[in-house]
Amino acid sequence: MSEITKDLVQNLESIAKQVRRDIIKMTGIAGSGHPGGSLSAVEILVSLYFARLKHNPMDPHWPERDRFVLSKGHAAPALYSVLSLCGYFPRDELWTLRKVGSRLQGHPSRLDTPGVEASAGSLGIGFAIAQGMAMAGKLDRKDYRVFVLLGDGEIQEGMVWEVAMSASNYHLDNFTAILDYNGLQLDGFIHDVMSPFPIASKWRAFGWEVFEVDGHDFYQLLEAFNEVERVRESPSIIIAHTVKGKGISFMENNNEFHGKAPTPEQVKLALMELGEVV
Amino acid sequence: MGVTKRSPREAYAKALIKLGEERNDVVVLDADLSTSTQTAKFGARFPDRFFNMGIAEANMMATASGLALSGKTVFASTFAVFATSRAYDQVRVAVAYAMANVKIVATHGGVTVGEDGATHHAIEDIALMRVMPNMRVLASCDYESTYNLVLRIAEESGPFYLRLTRVSLPDIYPQGERFEIGGGKLLKEGRDVTIIAEGPLVHEVLTAASMLENIGISAEVIDSYSIKPLPEELILDSVSKTKKVITAEDHSIIGGLGGAVAELLSEKMPCPLKRLGVRDTFCCSGEAYALLRHLGLDSEGIAREVKNFLDKF
Ligand SMILES: Cc1ncc(C[n+]2csc(CCOP(=O)(O)OP(=O)(O)O)c2C)c(N)n1
Ligand SMILES: [Mg+2]
Repeated sequence: MSEITKDLVQNLESIAKQVRRDIIKMTGIAGSGHPGGSLSAVEILVSLYFARLKHNPMDPHWPERDRFVLSKGHAAPALYSVLSLCGYFPRDELWTLRKVGSRLQGHPSRLDTPGVEASAGSLGIGFAIAQGMAMAGKLDRKDYRVFVLLGDGEIQEGMVWEVAMSASNYHLDNFTAILDYNGLQLDGFIHDVMSPFPIASKWRAFGWEVFEVDGHDFYQLLEAFNEVERVRESPSIIIAHTVKGKGISFMENNNEFHGKAPTPEQVKLALMELGEVV
Repeated sequence: MGVTKRSPREAYAKALIKLGEERNDVVVLDADLSTSTQTAKFGARFPDRFFNMGIAEANMMATASGLALSGKTVFASTFAVFATSRAYDQVRVAVAYAMANVKIVATHGGVTVGEDGATHHAIEDIALMRVMPNMRVLASCDYESTYNLVLRIAEESGPFYLRLTRVSLPDIYPQGERFEIGGGKLLKEGRDVTIIAEGPLVHEVLTAASMLENIGISAEVIDSYSIKPLPEELILDSVSKTKKVITAEDHSIIGGLGGAVAELLSEKMPCPLKRLGVRDTFCCSGEAYALLRHLGLDSEGIAREVKNFLDKF
């Protein structure tokens, strides 16, 4: 459990800004990708990798490490930026995203990218892979924790609820899901496409311990990461209220940027908003 | 053959709207990709007969069956990889075994999906659908073939899998061209080799054939838009003349068009065959045509392979 100091949070905030710049540049250069759902997950990933996860970029397969699985794999740019800032691979590689020969695939690929725990991109699947890792942790009596990031559209997949049932059945208290609750999916607002509501009580009904936080507030995120440590006998989920496209005025809640890269002009504008001198 | 490129997905939407206007029994389902597959256009026009099932492909396929068993002609759409791999048992039991009147129109076939990478490349979908009893498998190669195949499968009862590309494709067929189930199109006559292609590779093969013409190789080109049933007679007629065959597909060389042609020829007309496609490997991220080049499936790569193949005889 970590102490949440002002210095720590200020440091995380500046890292988050860097990650947002990376996401914009990476998708801009690639000319494709998913900036919206990458930007909504920035604080979640930054707080995990820089303040919560026990991991070693010099030894990505360290058996004692905590695991993180990006089940909403289309947010790969956010994950790659964070992994590069941790030192898993050179920062230069970020600009090769989605190009032939790059180690940075459009969706996370464990065989290609150091630090990527599970290949994902077909929604729902990463959640079950992460569950398997938590089960192995129990079997091996290791005290690592498995975190997994889900999208709020992703939880429409039936298999998500199969995992919800089994993780609870097997009392996986070393298993924590984080829901990137940004209210949007590919075709529009989740409440217009396919309502997953009520969300929190569904998870509770499946036997999960539920926490709700502002997913852009480091204090609340870190506090929740401390809280899940205290949960016994059941898996936990942190419902993180987020904004899709967070941090760039013209991308916030604008689903045009779910799966479309910013144009060179938009890259410039976005970087200016993020305080980069161009 | 023009150079205009048009989107097969737009052709699909146009055909769906025409069907919606003409027939009340046409219902369309999608799984949170309607703005991409373009079924949203049908949804905007006929909101009562459009159901966005959310990110739930398995649910969508079995629901499509129930609607079909209750008298509807159902079009169910998502990306090819999710329509097949993700919802396989649902398609098998609820659609194929039930002989339900469900038309699976899957966009984003093959590696020409491009940058999204291996998880989104459907390189096994033709094989998966082809092996399923009762399922007929089609692949369009341009705007008109898409438009007319969609209209054609709506006339026919029972399950279909129609595969579309993400990328826009150069026009090959004129407006109003008719496509029979089980048919193929002889696009170019030749003497030395028969090249049988599907989808986006039809155009690449035609370009390769004209390159080959310049070095004295005369290739016959067939668009096998119907992969199951296969246009057996058309293929055998051609092969009885050329005695050598190349297949080209935006798909694994295992079990797809190349597999189907190999099965046919080995039983009815054994002859040298070379299958071009994805060679039993997951592909990678990259721009669609950069990937075709990378895999040797662009026109130049195909021409090279054809020449190497013929040089052996
Ligand atoms: C099984 C599956 N079906 C469809 C898709 C296509 N797809 C990619 S992202 C997406 C929407 C995801 O929405 P959400 O989970 O809310 O993600 P976010 O809003 O965080 O980007 C869809 C439908 C997919 N990747 N996997
Ligand atoms: Mg969302």
